[in-house]
Amino acid sequence: MTIHAIIDVFPVLMKGINITITVFLLSAIFGYLFAIIAGLCRLSHNLVVRGITSFYVEIFRGTSLIVQLFWLYYAIPMLFNVGIDNRLMAGVLAISLNYGAYMSEIVRGSILAVDKGQTEASIALNLSPFQRMRMVIFPQALRMMLPELGNYLIQMLKATSLVSLIGMTDILYHGNILRSTDLSAAPTVYLLLLLFYFIMALPLILLTRKGEQISKKGVAR
Amino acid sequence: MNINWKWDMFFDAFPFILKGIGVTIGLTFACFLFALIFGFVWVLLRRIPIKPINWFITWIMEFIRSTPPLIQLFFIYYAWPMVPGVGASLSSFESAVLGLGIHFSTYIGEVYRSGIEGVEKGQWEASTALNFSTGQKWLKIILPQAIPPTIPMLGNYLIIMFKEVPLASTIGVVGILALADTYGTEHFRMLESYTIVAIIFLALSYPSAILINKLEKKMNRRFDKKAAIQD
Repeated sequence: MTIHAIIDVFPVLMKGINITITVFLLSAIFGYLFAIIAGLCRLSHNLVVRGITSFYVEIFRGTSLIVQLFWLYYAIPMLFNVGIDNRLMAGVLAISLNYGAYMSEIVRGSILAVDKGQTEASIALNLSPFQRMRMVIFPQALRMMLPELGNYLIQMLKATSLVSLIGMTDILYHGNILRSTDLSAAPTVYLLLLLFYFIMALPLILLTRKGEQISKKGVAR
Repeated sequence: MNINWKWDMFFDAFPFILKGIGVTIGLTFACFLFALIFGFVWVLLRRIPIKPINWFITWIMEFIRSTPPLIQLFFIYYAWPMVPGVGASLSSFESAVLGLGIHFSTYIGEVYRSGIEGVEKGQWEASTALNFSTGQKWLKIILPQAIPPTIPMLGNYLIIMFKEVPLASTIGVVGILALADTYGTEHFRMLESYTIVAIIFLALSYPSAILINKLEKKMNRRFDKKAAIQD
């Protein structure tokens, strides 16, 4: 692997960086959104709401992300006989629904882990159930979730590489094209891709460590 | 909106796709075994008491863990034979075992580490006091106590790996996902074939997850009891 090879390969891969980052950011936003909604719904007293969310969580945790991605992209349009050909939507939905399901368990667990006395105290203070969750329970639960949610951020970043399989032109897609035209470039291409992902993951790794510190700070043990 | 689902396609595709289950499950266990063994290598490497080496190993593990397994697979399958000197051509199955095995060994290594750190300090001191050699200390005192509590966690990783194995279809391992691809493209029906794959995964991973969960509860009770006696 020479410097020349890197100079040739680097700009080609960079063409896909926009797509990778877009997919990652959208997946993270929707993933957390689904996680919080599903986590709260699983604690609902309404049996129907709880049943539907449990169904969603178990389906998405029980199958592979790659299968879900293919299913959303190839099967759903066929099932309903519609011709939507939106790769970005399929990719983001697959990643966010999958990790949303995993993270909803963390949301649920953290909310359940908040001390019962907090609920009792807020009932005694005449807070409505919504106020109780928003102002007392959730902020405390959020702190407990931080390290795990940070870990899942890295998992979601890793998962964005899958969107090249449904034909999105992300960095891996461009890398694969380079490799198919010139196999001898393969080591440079894939090493650079791994480095790309690692550099993108670095701030997330540090963020997760920060999250761990925050979640430990000032908690009586 | 009319729903376009064909049961005859479903029943036609099912036996065809099911033929790949052996490869998928076989690959899962091969990767898992590899990761179990290689996980120990990480534990040993991280115990080298030289600071720069320790730091280096920690970051190598971090690198493997935070980069996509898909690209690691491509690297091993396409790029490794091209690397001058050390490169070797591997079959797609071997590449998958190596790629996914190494990726998950970093996680398994952490599991082992947490188990070893969970062993009480007194156990180390006692085995030193009883004049055990280093090998005896590890094999007879530390590991028998460190590994059993991690079994449910290892089981969870087995299920996680099972769900990552279809990635290997991208480098040509013919498991259930690759067969579903083949069937789907031949008959222009992706819907039923991918649904079958999802059903097979769910049917295998959901009961195993429940089993692991039960095991975890059982183990927790057992180790709590032990702790209670010690108190």
